[in-house]
Amino acid sequence: MRHIISILIENESGALSRVAGLFSARGYNIESLTVAPTDDVTLSRMTLVTRGSDEVIEQIVKQLNKLIDVVKLTDLADVVHVERELMLIKVQTEPSSRAEIKRMADIFRGKVIDVTSNSYMIEMTGSSEKLDAFVAAISTHNIIEIIRTGATGLPRGTGSLIS
Amino acid sequence: MELSGGQIVVQCLKDEGVELIFGYPGGAVLHLYDAIFQQDDVQHILVRHEQAATHAADAYARSTGKPGVVLVTSGPGATNAVTGIATAYMDSIPLVVISGQVPSAVIGSDAFQEVDMVGITRPCVKHNFLVNNVADIAETMKKAFHVATTGRPGPVVVDIPKDLTDPNIKVPYVYPESVSMRSYKPPREGDQRQVQKAVDLLLSAKRPMIYSGGGVVLGEASDELRTFSRLLGYPVTSTLMGLGAFPATDAQFIGMLGMHGTYESNMGMHESDVIIAIGARFDDRVTGKLTEFCPYAKIIHIDIDPASIAKTVKVDVPIVGEVGIVLKQLIAEINVNGSRIDTEALAAWWDRIKEWQSVNCLEYDRESALIKPQYVVEQLYKVTAGNAFITSDVGQHQMYAAQFYHFDEPRRWINSGGLGTMGFGLPAAIGVKLAHPDADVACITGEASIQMCIQELSTAQQYQTPVKIINLNNRYMGMVRQWQEFSYEGRYSHSYLEALPDFVKLAEAYGHVGMQIDKPEDVTPALEEAFAMKDRTVFLDIITDQKENVYPMIEAGKGHHDMRLRVAPGTPIDRELA
Ligand SMILES: Cc1cc2nc3c(=O)[nH]c(=O)nc-3n(C[C@H](O)[C@H](O)[C@H](O)COP(=O)(O)OP(=O)(O)OC[C@H]3O[C@@H](n4cnc5c(N)ncnc54)[C@H](O)[C@@H]3O)c2cc1C
Ligand SMILES: Cc1ncc(C[n+]2csc(CCOP(=O)(O)OP(=O)(O)O)c2C)c(N)n1
Ligand SMILES: [Mg+2]
Repeated sequence: MRHIISILIENESGALSRVAGLFSARGYNIESLTVAPTDDVTLSRMTLVTRGSDEVIEQIVKQLNKLIDVVKLTDLADVVHVERELMLIKVQTEPSSRAEIKRMADIFRGKVIDVTSNSYMIEMTGSSEKLDAFVAAISTHNIIEIIRTGATGLPRGTGSLIS
Repeated sequence: MELSGGQIVVQCLKDEGVELIFGYPGGAVLHLYDAIFQQDDVQHILVRHEQAATHAADAYARSTGKPGVVLVTSGPGATNAVTGIATAYMDSIPLVVISGQVPSAVIGSDAFQEVDMVGITRPCVKHNFLVNNVADIAETMKKAFHVATTGRPGPVVVDIPKDLTDPNIKVPYVYPESVSMRSYKPPREGDQRQVQKAVDLLLSAKRPMIYSGGGVVLGEASDELRTFSRLLGYPVTSTLMGLGAFPATDAQFIGMLGMHGTYESNMGMHESDVIIAIGARFDDRVTGKLTEFCPYAKIIHIDIDPASIAKTVKVDVPIVGEVGIVLKQLIAEINVNGSRIDTEALAAWWDRIKEWQSVNCLEYDRESALIKPQYVVEQLYKVTAGNAFITSDVGQHQMYAAQFYHFDEPRRWINSGGLGTMGFGLPAAIGVKLAHPDADVACITGEASIQMCIQELSTAQQYQTPVKIINLNNRYMGMVRQWQEFSYEGRYSHSYLEALPDFVKLAEAYGHVGMQIDKPEDVTPALEEAFAMKDRTVFLDIITDQKENVYPMIEAGKGHHDMRLRVAPGTPIDRELA
């Protein structure tokens, strides 16, 4: 099963390599990984998406928790949460297809953020699943390039990841 | 107090109560060595190779329970230490390794003797630090000792760039009384509901087994284990790393389990209905084939590291906590409960175990004209009255030591189990002897292993650490040869050691006593003579039977009940088979 694991980690040099190294050393699969500072300068937030059986996920969570720099870890699969990912996608357009692509982007609530005579760049956020669906929907057109940030997320309600 | 970074490191060691460190100098740590030179509180032991510094410090830690401390220079000094760091990591040994680093300004420029020590050691340390500022050294050192010695212990590397130890840059020094790290809080008590469940299960058992491991030694919980086990009267088996936590000469102890464990322990595990694993990590050398592991048992597992639980084997009652505390909780709960042990079932279970014991799985040919390695260890046990500290290298000799030296106390059996590092034994013996100058210390080794750190005979001479080296010389990498005999139809590819040195002369060249023994009747007198020489390091080169094998053996991919024995159960020992 797919899990989004959200990690609050000491903002120290090498913290990222500890997490990445753990995954490669133990042969765990890493689908995406995002890292960014938090409102507390001493901490960073890592969100990683991984897949595995329940046993493997259990070990991943335990091994991550064992890293001395990890302050708090949440498996978002355990809580009701909102997931978002940002995608930028560049599509080649023909005069005949421009309107169709624009309409498609609108349906998925994407924004056209760069335009040339024969291309669009579309910005879209949503769950990874939604982004996949959009890519599938316009795959009949010529996609020049796709870039995605990897998923991140927060639990719903007043609860926070820190407390 | 204003001190330079070099002085701060040394002062931290003093404030931490460190008496001994093991190391080897070089460019990046010259300031530090100068600070060491100018004081007498912390004694520095100069080894002959950085690997040996880590093994000696590691064995110092294993034999005392205090952290071992190592000091090495950058680059090659640091990389030489890595094998020893990994050895300590695999066996959860508290070690603080201070490595010099090139000056901050040139880090990352492929400077002379630069390696990314933090990167190289990341997968084999509990934690590591690169210090960025002189003012951070004291706090980092405190954290290093804290992390290394608490929770599941392990090695911690502190990498210090050379400019931070500059004698001309001084900063105020305060050694923190304590540290609190928001991200690191090792567990202590076990969950009381889990304890209750464990006790219910334990008392319902008809064929129980106590499977004890290195965690009991590491957690100083030998007394609690004894009380707990005697309260229940259940059979006790132990991993290689746990030997001594429960007395080997106690009738309740049925020997080691696993690949070279006893028939009774492995059969006991196989037929058991309730197993309690105490500070043991279900290593593959212990479990054999996982799908055939303990098919009838419910399993209780006590471990301080949640990641050890359910890593390879699913358990029914996990208890995360400090082993000594959890055992006390269990004992209290059993006492409250009033013992409801099924004594009838237990008596029947012991009868079954005694049947297995009657197979005499460790028996060997005692009439042989060649020296049997098992005989040497048995005699060593007698000559030292079972009181020696025994270090070992890796191979068949290690298994004979584990099987035939009966450890009644923890921290007496010092060996590399998880990594299986040849070369460990001799520097380890030196580390133990320095920690216990009045005790008998013997290193049981093989002619291949001993050559991996033989240079430490020089350290033994410099510091007058009179250890006895028992070289079980079979002219083979015996353990490799055994696997080749069993699994490769006797194709002994590169496992025969040609051009062996004359070990007697070699010992003498280093200023020690060397003896060669090649007749069984000479073994005991030679051992007695060696141990009578209280102040000399003695190298006993004992020429043993080349073809002897370690039995029992669970071959790769087999289950506990599928052991290879020297002779089939029920058959009297047969000389030809031996
Ligand atoms: C040639 C060779 C042959 C071998 N054959 C065998 C064999 O036949 N049988 C055998 O048993 N081994 C054998 N080994 C050793 C084997 O590889 C493992 O090292 C060993 O089995 C591990 O022992 P352990 O499970 O006690 O764990 P250890 O490595 O000692 O780990 C200790 C466990 O206790 C936990 N712990 C630590 N401190 C505490 C605390 N305070 N409270 C609670 N828990 C704590 C740790 O988290 C860890 O899970 C062999 C090794 C070699 C080199
Ligand atoms: C550094 C290292 N290299 C290789 C091995 C693999 N290995 C395990 S046992 C062994 C042979 C040891 O021979 P010896 O020291 O003579 O002991 P014996 O088995 O003969 O008693 C080898 C090569 C190892 N454990 N460690
Ligand atoms: Mg040998």
